[in-house]
Amino acid sequence: MHSNNPAPPENVVVTQLDALANWCRKNSLWPLPFATACCGIEFMATGASKYDIARFGAEAMRFSPRQADLLIVAGRVAMKMLPVLQRIWQQMHEPKWCISMGACASTGGVFDNYAVVQGIDRFIPVDIYIPGCPPRPEQVIQAVIDLQDKIQREGTIEGSEFEVASRQQKKRALQELPLYGRKTFVPSLAPSVPTP
Amino acid sequence: MSADNMTAIDALKARCGDMPVSEFRGDRRVVVAKDKLLDVMSLLKGERGFDLLVDVTCVDYLNYRDATSRFGLVYLLANTATNERLTVRVYLDEPDLTVASMVPLWAGANWLEREVFDMFGIQFDGHPDLRRILMPEEFVAFPLRKDYPLQGRGERHNFQRLTRSEA
Amino acid sequence: MSIAEPIAESSVARESDYVWTLNFGPQHPATHTTLRIVLKLDGERVIDAVPDIGYLHSGFEKTGEHLNYNQYVTITDRMNYISPVANGVAWHAAVEKLLDIEITPRCKYLRTIVAELARISDHLLCTGAMGLDTGAFTFFLYAFYQREVIYDIFETISGQRFHPSMTRVGGLAYDFTPLVIEKIRTFVKNFPQTLDDMERLLNRNRIFVDRTKGVGLLSKERATNMSATGPIARASGVTRDLRKDEPYLAYADFDFQVCCSKVGDCFARYYVRMAEMRESLKIVAQAIENIPAGPINVGIDERMTLPTKSQVYQTIEGTITHFELVMWNRGFVVPSEETYAAIEAPNGELGFYVVGDGSDVAYRARTRPPSFIHFSLFPELIRGHTLSDVVAVLGSLNIIAAELDR
Repeated sequence: MHSNNPAPPENVVVTQLDALANWCRKNSLWPLPFATACCGIEFMATGASKYDIARFGAEAMRFSPRQADLLIVAGRVAMKMLPVLQRIWQQMHEPKWCISMGACASTGGVFDNYAVVQGIDRFIPVDIYIPGCPPRPEQVIQAVIDLQDKIQREGTIEGSEFEVASRQQKKRALQELPLYGRKTFVPSLAPSVPTP
Repeated sequence: MSADNMTAIDALKARCGDMPVSEFRGDRRVVVAKDKLLDVMSLLKGERGFDLLVDVTCVDYLNYRDATSRFGLVYLLANTATNERLTVRVYLDEPDLTVASMVPLWAGANWLEREVFDMFGIQFDGHPDLRRILMPEEFVAFPLRKDYPLQGRGERHNFQRLTRSEA
Repeated sequence: MSIAEPIAESSVARESDYVWTLNFGPQHPATHTTLRIVLKLDGERVIDAVPDIGYLHSGFEKTGEHLNYNQYVTITDRMNYISPVANGVAWHAAVEKLLDIEITPRCKYLRTIVAELARISDHLLCTGAMGLDTGAFTFFLYAFYQREVIYDIFETISGQRFHPSMTRVGGLAYDFTPLVIEKIRTFVKNFPQTLDDMERLLNRNRIFVDRTKGVGLLSKERATNMSATGPIARASGVTRDLRKDEPYLAYADFDFQVCCSKVGDCFARYYVRMAEMRESLKIVAQAIENIPAGPINVGIDERMTLPTKSQVYQTIEGTITHFELVMWNRGFVVPSEETYAAIEAPNGELGFYVVGDGSDVAYRARTRPPSFIHFSLFPELIRGHTLSDVVAVLGSLNIIAAELDR
């Protein structure tokens, strides 16, 4: 079960087992397409023959939460649908990940009104966000690749990566590339300047 | 086409008394009093052949300049044989927001009237199953009324947050 | 007795132990996105079906009261998202009727072409999804490949695969370049071959025909009484098509036929859609060769469309129009009146009831949603059929949840 220690001991056998488990899990993600709206159609196009998502191991779309490990919320989530989404998330077995596809799932998108939830990350934990309205299929595939990197970097064979904050690392692109201009920003100066 | 339409409205006026008629951009609109609605509609469907109920909707005139009543119900009718269209309007005011249901005449009015009830709170007398259709059952307000704010009153935030440790 | 025949009421045990309730959706592979049906079943026979909708209600109509007439086209695109441009064409048809603007001939032709491409795209997805739900995966992939070609055309015009938000009050945002016309010509040349392939896969396929023939019968009188329009009504014998009955845009110039059937079952609805795709292709083929030259937007005297930069800098009319449209306290001059305009969208009669109040934001922007009205047909179509017919009937009704719930 999940360990209660802050960080499990990093010996060579455990890390190799982790790496093997991560490699297996990342290359056989079974998505649950929680397709509500237009992003659902773009997701179907990603799975179709031109932008084949099967190249990345993710073509086994399983609509039952008991059989899937990647929840892709594609499209806006209305207020009436959110309890359904939460129930589906709770029914999925660990290890499980969530991709929030599109602007509407990430922040509410163009629909800042009484009926649409302003971002599913207010109510379920999200691993990868895909901007776009709708995102191009290449962006969806990039998100799957980023998720595969995240699983490879952070995963453990017993699924304890979700408990331990110290295992959460910055995305590889952010580690390698410099943040232009931002390093010199000092928050205490000029408090009236809007935060970048 | 306009001669037939004029005759339809003339027949209406002859049967049910005078009623305001207007035309705008080719649409013919007739305003009907609430209590005469069912007679007028039966006449239009039965004798004048308006067999297609295109839409039932409502407008809330709360913030409208020169408005006389708060709600205006709009029935859009079409005759599939002669392709003529007619708009029938009924004005309603609070507190009496009840009007006869058109379900006995056109079965398609069932869901359309449920939606008007859900969004505006207009009650339809004689509707077989008048309950909310788009909003959740426990929702209390009527969203498309002008006094309901666009971003709601916090209902969209009112859910439990699940984190990794719980789920 | 074939499986598709509905059984008589008296042979169903009303309160027997075999009656059970099945919740179908809102998250289910065969519901076309989020809709829910509560099915009461006797073994496998459906006794009753109670639809429960609203799981994608996104406040479109309320948003329409806060966005101006040009901004709202971005929202209408997200309504029937499998033929997005048709919604924009319908919205601006209603707004232009309210404002009494006559669009230019070139704009009419271009809107006709994109509306017909959107119709082909919609019918491809509907029949593709119907095939997918009944088990024909290859058919779905063929349909989706052709949709990618249409997306490529839209991307060349506007930069967006779908939701191009192309129409504006009084014109279009993007004109056709020669590359676009080339791509449409190539599509017109290559598409009939794919349609033939698709028809060869399913039209006489024993499994598909058995699953859809005789299932979900809708009579002509019931179709009109339930306000059904579009391919669903035409498959039941109603010959109403707004492109012929109330010609709008440039449809009066083209030679095409209205596809109808007398049978009214799922197979008829599928077949009417396949035939309509051929007719739409005929319209596109005729239109693409005869596009009139000229401007796509109405003249700047109308104060409705943004002028080009050279007009703004070199003519006084251009400067005035630019000022009137861009400055925040000005905008369109809209009469305080109400009107309704409809087009023959791929799903049926899609109309907008617009109430203007003088400002450039609509006071009420009501959509007449064909999917909403067609979904109310579902309980009576499915009564007496089996659980596996639910997907066939649902697929043939082409319910788009975003238009259903708005």
